[in-house]
Amino acid sequence: MSKIKPSKGAPYARILGVGGYRPTRVVPNEVILEKIDSSDEWIRSRSGIETRHWASPEETVAAMSVEASGKAIADAGIDAGQIGAVVVSTVSHFSQTPAVATEIADRLGTNKAAAFDISAGCAGFGYGLTLAKGMIVEGSAEYVLVIGVERLSDLTDLEDRATAFLFGDGAGAVVVGPSQEPAIGPTVWGSEGDKAQTIKQTVSWDRFRTGDLSELPLDSAGNVKFPAITQEGQAVFRWAVFEMAKVAQQALDAAGISPGDLDVFIPHQANVRIIDSMVKTLKLPEHVTVARDIRTTGNTSAASIPLAMERLLATGEAKSGDTALVIGFGAGLVYAATVVTLP
Amino acid sequence: MAATQEEIVAGLAEIVNEIAGIPVEDVQLDKSFTDDLDVDSLSMVEVVVAAEERFDVKIPDEDVKNLKTVGDATDYILKHQG
Repeated sequence: MSKIKPSKGAPYARILGVGGYRPTRVVPNEVILEKIDSSDEWIRSRSGIETRHWASPEETVAAMSVEASGKAIADAGIDAGQIGAVVVSTVSHFSQTPAVATEIADRLGTNKAAAFDISAGCAGFGYGLTLAKGMIVEGSAEYVLVIGVERLSDLTDLEDRATAFLFGDGAGAVVVGPSQEPAIGPTVWGSEGDKAQTIKQTVSWDRFRTGDLSELPLDSAGNVKFPAITQEGQAVFRWAVFEMAKVAQQALDAAGISPGDLDVFIPHQANVRIIDSMVKTLKLPEHVTVARDIRTTGNTSAASIPLAMERLLATGEAKSGDTALVIGFGAGLVYAATVVTLP
Repeated sequence: MAATQEEIVAGLAEIVNEIAGIPVEDVQLDKSFTDDLDVDSLSMVEVVVAAEERFDVKIPDEDVKNLKTVGDATDYILKHQG
């Protein structure tokens, strides 16, 4: 039997740089209220959201990703040519083939980096980060670009008063690279497919292929509604707060970090009520900085954690070297939590 | 030992006070969580989870929507407590 030479990776991996892109158009609750019977006060009290960003036709999934990635690459202090792999998590890129990651890798000027998309909903950033860490430690890439990007405004039913206000658009990216010290803890992740119906797309795309649109929901103008994201609010809230608090605690335990050691908490920005309730359930000490980027960004699924991370670092609420707990959770249901050193 | 109706109401009053800041004396059997006690649908989930722990009872998501008043919740817990 011939002996195969093994690959040689770095001892550990770390996040070296972060970047974000928020679409130019800021949408206040007043605009949402044009199509639903609700109030600014109701939206704020149920979600914490005051404004969100919606992408223009030019702010495509690829274009937003390139902008965010350029910032992350500059922040990491590397050259795009050094990137060995590009991992994109998205549920709102409407061309399934080819993966949008290849276009992004090309536009960034990488040297034919491996590039692929993953579908892990609001846990996508943690899934991508885990893949990146594995590639770096295993040796198949020295630097990996992980991007979370969404245009959830395209998947929002603006006439559904339970979700119309919730979603936003944007891209967040990190460069992950080699480290001599552990800077990304063990990932606690998983899926609960038995709860798949709690967050889902209203209609499958292939319903449009059959041409039988007779039983599909219509909008107020009488047109068949585009597929949108819908959820069972109370069931998702219970799972997100109480089950995900357990997962977050497991990630802390796995990393050997006590709540007192923690500087920053960056949960997926799903709803400020979920964030507040998680903080309470986890009994996080007062000194821990908690990301509440959702107030002005809305829920941007896979993009929410890197976007919130970038903002905390930009405003000085968090600093390079801080220890942060990150947890993503959402449609699947899927989740991923880990402890990282901030870039 | 199973809790009595009086103990359940008192327990719910403490929970609602903790979560929504409503005075314990306002939490009476005939009070609606949403209309009288300012407990919205998300806070109701927190109330339910706290009640599950306190009274050793499981309240599935599909049953939560039927618990409109403190009396509904009390009856449910009386019937299902372990």
